[in-house]
Order: sequence, then structure tokens, then C-alpha cells
Amino acid sequence: MSNLSGNLIALHTIVRREIVRIMRIWTQTLIPPAITMTLYFVIFGKLIGSRIGTIQGGFTYMQYIVPGLAMMSIITNSYGNISSSFFGAKFQRSVEEMLVSPMSNWVILLGYVTGAVARGLVVGVLVLVIALGFTSLHIQHPLITLLSVLLGATIFSLAGFVNAIYAKKFDDIALVPTFVLTPLTYLGGVFYSVSMLGEPWQAISRVNPILYMVNAFRYGVLGISDVQVGVAFAVMLAFVVVLSWLALNLLRRGVGLRS
Amino acid sequence: MVQSMSSTPALVVDNLRKTYGNGVEALKGVSLTVQPGDFFALLGPNGAGKSTLIGILSSLVNSTSGDAEVFGVSVNKRRNEAMKLIGLVPQELNFNQFEKPFDICVNEAGFYGIPRKIAAERAEKYLNELRLWDKAQHQARMLSGGMKRRLMIARAMMNEPRLLILDEPTAGVDIEIRRSMWQFISGINAAGTTVILTTHYLEEAEQLCRNIAIIDHGNIVENTTMKRLLSKLDVETFVLDVDNAPSHLPTVPGMTLRRMDEHTIEAEMPRTQALNTLFEVFSTSGISVTSMRNKTNRLEELFVRLVEHGRQEPSKEKVA
Repeated sequence: MSNLSGNLIALHTIVRREIVRIMRIWTQTLIPPAITMTLYFVIFGKLIGSRIGTIQGGFTYMQYIVPGLAMMSIITNSYGNISSSFFGAKFQRSVEEMLVSPMSNWVILLGYVTGAVARGLVVGVLVLVIALGFTSLHIQHPLITLLSVLLGATIFSLAGFVNAIYAKKFDDIALVPTFVLTPLTYLGGVFYSVSMLGEPWQAISRVNPILYMVNAFRYGVLGISDVQVGVAFAVMLAFVVVLSWLALNLLRRGVGLRS
Repeated sequence: MVQSMSSTPALVVDNLRKTYGNGVEALKGVSLTVQPGDFFALLGPNGAGKSTLIGILSSLVNSTSGDAEVFGVSVNKRRNEAMKLIGLVPQELNFNQFEKPFDICVNEAGFYGIPRKIAAERAEKYLNELRLWDKAQHQARMLSGGMKRRLMIARAMMNEPRLLILDEPTAGVDIEIRRSMWQFISGINAAGTTVILTTHYLEEAEQLCRNIAIIDHGNIVENTTMKRLLSKLDVETFVLDVDNAPSHLPTVPGMTLRRMDEHTIEAEMPRTQALNTLFEVFSTSGISVTSMRNKTNRLEELFVRLVEHGRQEPSKEKVA
């Protein structure tokens, strides 16, 4: 059996195991984001949004926040999935099953990232379906929508993987979402257009990677964006490359995994 | 099962050293060779370096210097190829407790690039052989301690390794299950798989293994055949159950007798000395022997002596 075919079987095994895990604990992986987003739509979209009026080219506030909230769910769930699953494997030492096997490091990384992106996609679809109960949506650029979801989910899956590698206890995988991910998400143009901000806040917002993900996705769904879509994709691709290199380098050196 | 037909050693460990980040020198230049088809015991007290050595062989621990070859394949230079040849049963439980034994085994095979159909057949075969098939669809956390140990053996067999490394596989397992595990591992060995076993049950090593290395403080202090090692034991102690041990024991030439209690006498004697003299003296003194046994396992006695000897005498390396 060649190395490639062996690695592909190993990749399939990890992805399958991750998806089985997501489905086995669906009450923890799929239901909470659906409930949270329903509350966002009811409170911010319906109750408060109805008093705001239209925004950027005649969209209702509800329509405006749907892409941002969907992207927020996608990235937080991708991040949460990979950090808890990989750290759980480290904590139970079942990660050693993979470390002593002949599979290559890229297979471990790609397997976990694919599992996390899959959860992000399922949650994203769930959120969009729920949103349809509150407003009408016509996806303007399906390919851009899909690509921005895949890239956004991949970036935060990779970040979650790096977090899990460094984590020594469960608290360590909660720190980044609480102190980094959540503030960046809320300040990343989910609920507002950065054009509403004065300087220097507008300039500061432009170093927030989530701004580019939310706006690329919003462009795909609504056709509007605070940033150039080409720039948004370039930024996202750069993050994918840098984080992939970092994660593979950590795996190669065995940081947090091998003595 | 892959038969070990080649003459390439199953394992060559060459001057392996490991110093951990905290400065602890776990291996101080270990070298040893294991021949294909061997049942090899790697013994040593806690903290001697056994698990570090196994960790390096299975690539869980990075060596500081030196290398190891598994059937001629370097662990350092061709890690992925070398790992295909090894099956590892670690000391600590290291499977997902929420998964089912069947899934644990099938997934393990997947990590080795084995197609799912073959993996499912092997999982059924090895779970059956290790008497776990009826638990195959239960969550692993529901299994007893002995079952969990057997599950790790079944999992290690999924890639049908040429070299099976067992790090204290029977720790905390009752004697009946331990014996069934011995039977299984002996069968695997008889079919051609080279086995390396670490254990604290020295009786286990004596019964199963043909060759042995004793490691202490990161050095190999003995590496020979089990037969040759046991022949080094010059003194044996027997425990004799008697109907009534007198307070003043008779003298037996060449032996030391100790009265342990009113029904037990210990007799220490050279291995070359016949027991007839002892029974003659006992018979004359009116002491009736109801049963007798070795005080300790022979290997255990040697092991303790070797390890204690190593601690009393500084090694050449330390002197240098």
C-alpha cells in the first residue's frame, strides 16, 4: 500500500470519527448555536432592528446582521470543535493512537480541520435556515458565499488546533474564545458597518481578521461589503497559509505532544 | 500473520540517549539487539528508563542522540515506515473512553492505512480472541480494568505488527485474565511476531521470555538469555511447611535454617546441593515436612541482586 493511499484512509478515518463525534453529542454541538442565534434574531433583528430602519442600500437591519451572525456561528463552532476535540484526545491520551501510527502530520491536521469545518458548515446552514423564518434572503454570489465560509471556518479551525496543542488544561482552551475570539467577533462588523465608526476606530477595525470574513460573507449573501472582496480573500488566504505552517511546524516538533 | 523469516534483527538500539528538559538523564547510551521471533523481556525498577526507551521506539519520545532500527528501518530517518512494523500496548490507558471497542480497533487500523473492510474483520477476530467481542458495542469506559488492558492488546494487533511491544500489559490484572493474556501473546509470538515485554511480574518474564535485558538508571546492566541469567543464581531459599517446628533447629551441613513460626522453616542452600541431606536430618529430628516451595521467584531474586549491586557499585560511566 502506497503512502498516499494509506494517508487517505487515515484522513477518512479521522474525518469520519470527528463527524460521528459531532452527531453523537448533537445537543452540545448543533442545538446551542441554533438557540443562541434564534435569540439574536428575535431580540436584535425583530425587536430592536424594527426600530432602526434600513441600512446600506435598503436592507433591513435583520437582513444586514444575518450574514454576520451566521459567520460568527461558523467560526466559533469550528474553533470550539477542534479545540475541544483535539485537546480531549490529548487529555485522554488517545492522541497517541495517531502519534504512534505511520500517518503523516498533515493528515492529522487536515482530518481535524475538515471535521471542524464540517461542523461550521452544518451550523451555518442551520442558522441560515432559522434566519429564513424571520426574513427573506437571496444569495447574490453563491461561490463567494461558499468560499468565504470555507476560508473563515478553516482559519478558526487552524487557530483552535494551535490553541489545543499549547493547552495544558481545559481552562486554556476557554481563554482564547473568551478574551480574543468573542471581542474580535463583536468588533468585526457583525452588528454594524465599520463606515459608521469614526477614526481611529475604523482604522483599528481593519486589523481585525474577522472583519474581512464577515464582509466577504456579507458580500456573497447581500452583495455589500465594507472592504474590497479581493482584499478580504487575500487576507483570509494569508491567515490560512501562516496558521497551517505554524500548526504543521508544531506537530513536526511535537510541541505539547511528544516528550 | 507475517512470519519473521529474515535474519535482519527485529530491533537494534544503538547508543540511545535521552535527557529531558528538566535535566533528567533517562537513557545513558542504551544499546541492545532483539532477534526476529524472539520473546524478549525488558526489565527494570520504576524510573529505570524502560518507558522512555519504548517511547522512543514508538516515536512518542524524541531521543537526544542515537538511533533504533526496526527490521532495518531507522526510527529517526524513516519514522513512518518503521511505525508500520510496530504494535504498541502502552502502560497507561490511552483510548477514548467514550468510544466502543469495535470502533477503537477499526479506527486504529484506519490510522495505519488499512481499508475499513479488512479492519472490521480484524477487529472481530482479535476482539473474539481476547474474549471482548460481546463488549464490542459497549462504551469502553464501561469495561473492567482487565478488559481495558485486553482491548489495548487487540488494538495493537490491528496492523498485525512484526514487532509487538507490551509495556506492563498485565498491571493490575487478576491471575486468570493474566494467564489468558499470556496464552494469547505466546500464540502471537509462536506465529512469528517478535515480542518485547516489560513487566513487574517477574514470574511472567521467566515463563514467557527467552532473552532478557535489565535496565537500571538508564543503563543496561544485564543482557543475556533467560537460561544463562538464571544459571547465575547460586543460592536458593525454600520455604518448608512442617507440622511442628522445634525452637532449636538441627544443623544441616552447607545450609542455613531459620524458624519462621511453629509451622514454617526456611532453608537457604547452594543450588548445587542435594535436598536429601535436609530430609534425612529432619527425619532424624522428628520434623515432618508437609509441603515445600521456593521462597521467591528465581528471576526476582536475581533481579533484586543485580539492581542492588548496580546501586552499591558506581558504574564505569559515573567513575569516568
